[in-house]
Amino acid sequence: MILGLARSWSLAGYAMAALLVLPLFALIFQALQPDEAVFGHLMATVLPTYIINSLLLIFWVSVGALLLALPCAWLVARCEFIGRRYLQWALLLPLAMPAYIVAYVYTDLLDYAGPLQRGLRLLFDWRSPQDYFFPDIRSLGGAACMLSLVLFPYIYLLARTAFMEQSLSLAHASRIMGCSSWQSFWRLSLPMARPAIAVGVALVAMETAADFATVNYFAVPTLTTAVYDTWLGYGNLTAAAKLSAIILLVVFMLIGFERFARRKQQLFQKQSRIQATDLYRLTTKQTAYALLFCGTVLLLSFLLPFGILLSYAIGYFEKSWDSSFWQLSLNSLSLALLTSLLCCLMALFLMFVRRISPRRSDTLPSRLASTGYALPGTVLAIGVLVPLTLLDFGINDLAEYIGVKGPGLLLTGSVVALVFAFCVRFIAIAIGSIESSYKRISPSLDMVSLTMGQSPMRLLSRVHLPLLAKGIFAAALLVFIESMKELPAALLLRPIGFENLATHVFQFVSDEKLEHGALAAIVIVVVGLVPLIYLNRSLEQHSG
Amino acid sequence: MKLVTYAALVGLILVGQSAYADDKLTVYSYRQAFLVEPILARFTEETGIGVNVVFAKDGIAERITREGRLSPADLVLTSDFSRLVELVEKDLTSPVKTTTLESNIPAQYRDPDGQWYALTMRVRNLYTAKDRSGPQQLTYEELADPKYKGKICTRSGKHPYNVALVASMIAHHGEAEAKTWLQGVKANLARKPQGNDRGQIAAVKEGLCDIAIGNSYYYGNMLQDPEQKSVAEAVVINFPNQANRGAHVNVSGMVLTRHAPNKENAIKLMEFLSADIAQKAYADVNMEYPVKANVAPSPLVASWGEFKVDQLPIFKLAEYHQAAVKLLDEVQFDL
Repeated sequence: MILGLARSWSLAGYAMAALLVLPLFALIFQALQPDEAVFGHLMATVLPTYIINSLLLIFWVSVGALLLALPCAWLVARCEFIGRRYLQWALLLPLAMPAYIVAYVYTDLLDYAGPLQRGLRLLFDWRSPQDYFFPDIRSLGGAACMLSLVLFPYIYLLARTAFMEQSLSLAHASRIMGCSSWQSFWRLSLPMARPAIAVGVALVAMETAADFATVNYFAVPTLTTAVYDTWLGYGNLTAAAKLSAIILLVVFMLIGFERFARRKQQLFQKQSRIQATDLYRLTTKQTAYALLFCGTVLLLSFLLPFGILLSYAIGYFEKSWDSSFWQLSLNSLSLALLTSLLCCLMALFLMFVRRISPRRSDTLPSRLASTGYALPGTVLAIGVLVPLTLLDFGINDLAEYIGVKGPGLLLTGSVVALVFAFCVRFIAIAIGSIESSYKRISPSLDMVSLTMGQSPMRLLSRVHLPLLAKGIFAAALLVFIESMKELPAALLLRPIGFENLATHVFQFVSDEKLEHGALAAIVIVVVGLVPLIYLNRSLEQHSG
Repeated sequence: MKLVTYAALVGLILVGQSAYADDKLTVYSYRQAFLVEPILARFTEETGIGVNVVFAKDGIAERITREGRLSPADLVLTSDFSRLVELVEKDLTSPVKTTTLESNIPAQYRDPDGQWYALTMRVRNLYTAKDRSGPQQLTYEELADPKYKGKICTRSGKHPYNVALVASMIAHHGEAEAKTWLQGVKANLARKPQGNDRGQIAAVKEGLCDIAIGNSYYYGNMLQDPEQKSVAEAVVINFPNQANRGAHVNVSGMVLTRHAPNKENAIKLMEFLSADIAQKAYADVNMEYPVKANVAPSPLVASWGEFKVDQLPIFKLAEYHQAAVKLLDEVQFDL
């Protein structure tokens, strides 16, 4: 019986996955079209630089994020010192900061005209840039620093958990066998945490590949900005799609790397956990160093930029706070809310199908649907517009055929395209969260429920939903923050005349007037903080 | 289920917001909304015709192409000439000819077939520091002179204003010589091209460079803005190539779209934009040079003095647009 029922559910699952994977195929299709030699010209001139810049950026951000994240993660997971409990969650705060906002703040601070260099000039009586050396923030190195500062928490979070879950007896054994504490770290702890760290690095690398706003502002041409320029500067969609295909190649290699790393991870997590009493107690001097390091990281990645934004926001409050500001916030909020609800509903459906289906191949729809996360916003925009435009024309042709007035641009001219794009990009997050919640529900519960004659719908609503509630809520929160922050897709797909907080901030910044956008930037950050705090708490409960 | 209902509601509100009423005109604008909105409000006041203006920095032509016959756009306002021509070349415009338009806009500032009309002119000026070098007789050619090594600031070479300047260099000197020139300019840059024209003027003030390339109205607008006045006052505006062919000039303009849903009203708006009230507003609010013969520039702009304009036919800028973009890539100007 369940087999027959499950078939229609599973078909619906495939249909949903097909919809979500449509942009990817549209993109590949578009990339295969001929393009009047623009791509050839790019290849002969600037493309190599774009590719090298993208790869260099990914490399340096990964290195930078590792250098920030690993010491913090190890200190917080394995040592006991004053302030550890606060740092534990405070180090997650940078996740709420969109990279572009941090970049804007630091540029204001460190640019030639910024307060730091002005102060230095005054202090040492330097007159012109020829008189002294100061690294240029608007450079590849600068972009790498900015992105490392906001992305390191991904690695920190995963590495912290991995360090906490390592068996202490192994550490003791290594010390007994004559390893120094450093040797024990390098030869035991680090290799054991390596799969988790690799997942974190892959995430950081993917986010870096997707970044548009930071590199655009710093005038560092990468593949992602090249897609934008080729599409809108050269006016050539096909060449832009070809560039996107290169990005996809890079991203899929990263995903392959992540999967490969995760495959091994299973082996390591079966040991007992570290207890609070097993923590390595730091001496006063060591504590000072630990606090200095973690504190500096926290200061640079969150407190300083947040503080500066806050002071701008207060200073320009009256100019920014008007009726249109409410409209912007409302647009951002409703967009993020709608996206997170839709993502959760679809993810729940896909996971439920996978759960009740007896066929192994039914893992495919949720896997397919998750590929959207790999598409950077600029790339995704192309993938969404191509099929939706076709559909729009189809609807209007149909309307005219049956003799009614066509509705116009129903999909691409409205917020539908934007919500669809956000769902494609972020549903992977919801799927991941709900998937891990499902793993904790024993399959025997399903069997009991079904043998008692309950329909799959009842099984979902009466058994699964109550048990999944927390996971779904976490998923909704995560998708919500990401939707608030997402810039390039919003920039390219918003209906004409539609502004939200992110595009509003971007507009001011491209006019070099960050102060006027500071209030909107603060709202994005603060809204992002709430879910983070909640998530961290549930994470601690789960692990404690 | 409550949640689902709520989601549907939010969705409807969002869709409703972005759908427009049919009787209003829709203007896609490459120019900032705050500049055109006051002028459009005057139009609505006089005619009772509502106007939605939507601003986008890039990609309007791509958008209209994609929207095809379903596009809600009636009129497009551009901030430079190559974009007017791009719209014409992509077959996105409708020809308009009315006696009002033709008497308001001189023949060199409109298409013979009425596919596009220019509205304002702007000069690509060179700014120098008031206290260090004062006013200077400069030419665009000199920007490549090694004596200015590390002394020049500009925004991205790919910005339409710079592309047009490069196109004019190709038109005057041929592609090979223009390339050598562009390489020379790149070698002289004080920093990688970045920011906007305002940022370049600020860089001269701070001593980061000695010569900034920027449009005339940016300087005028900075002088009007209390927060930026002191920056603009630190530089002087120079009109290049006065001893020979004259300064490079670009135009902003408008086109009627091919599938404009409200052609009749859109033409009324075009006529309004070319008439005295709107032309004066362009001159006084945005410090541009109006195209209409009897409308004077603002007193501030007039105070910069008379100058010689490069007589290169404006369509040449469009002719060499693609060549200019490719040249900028070839010398890796922005990298």
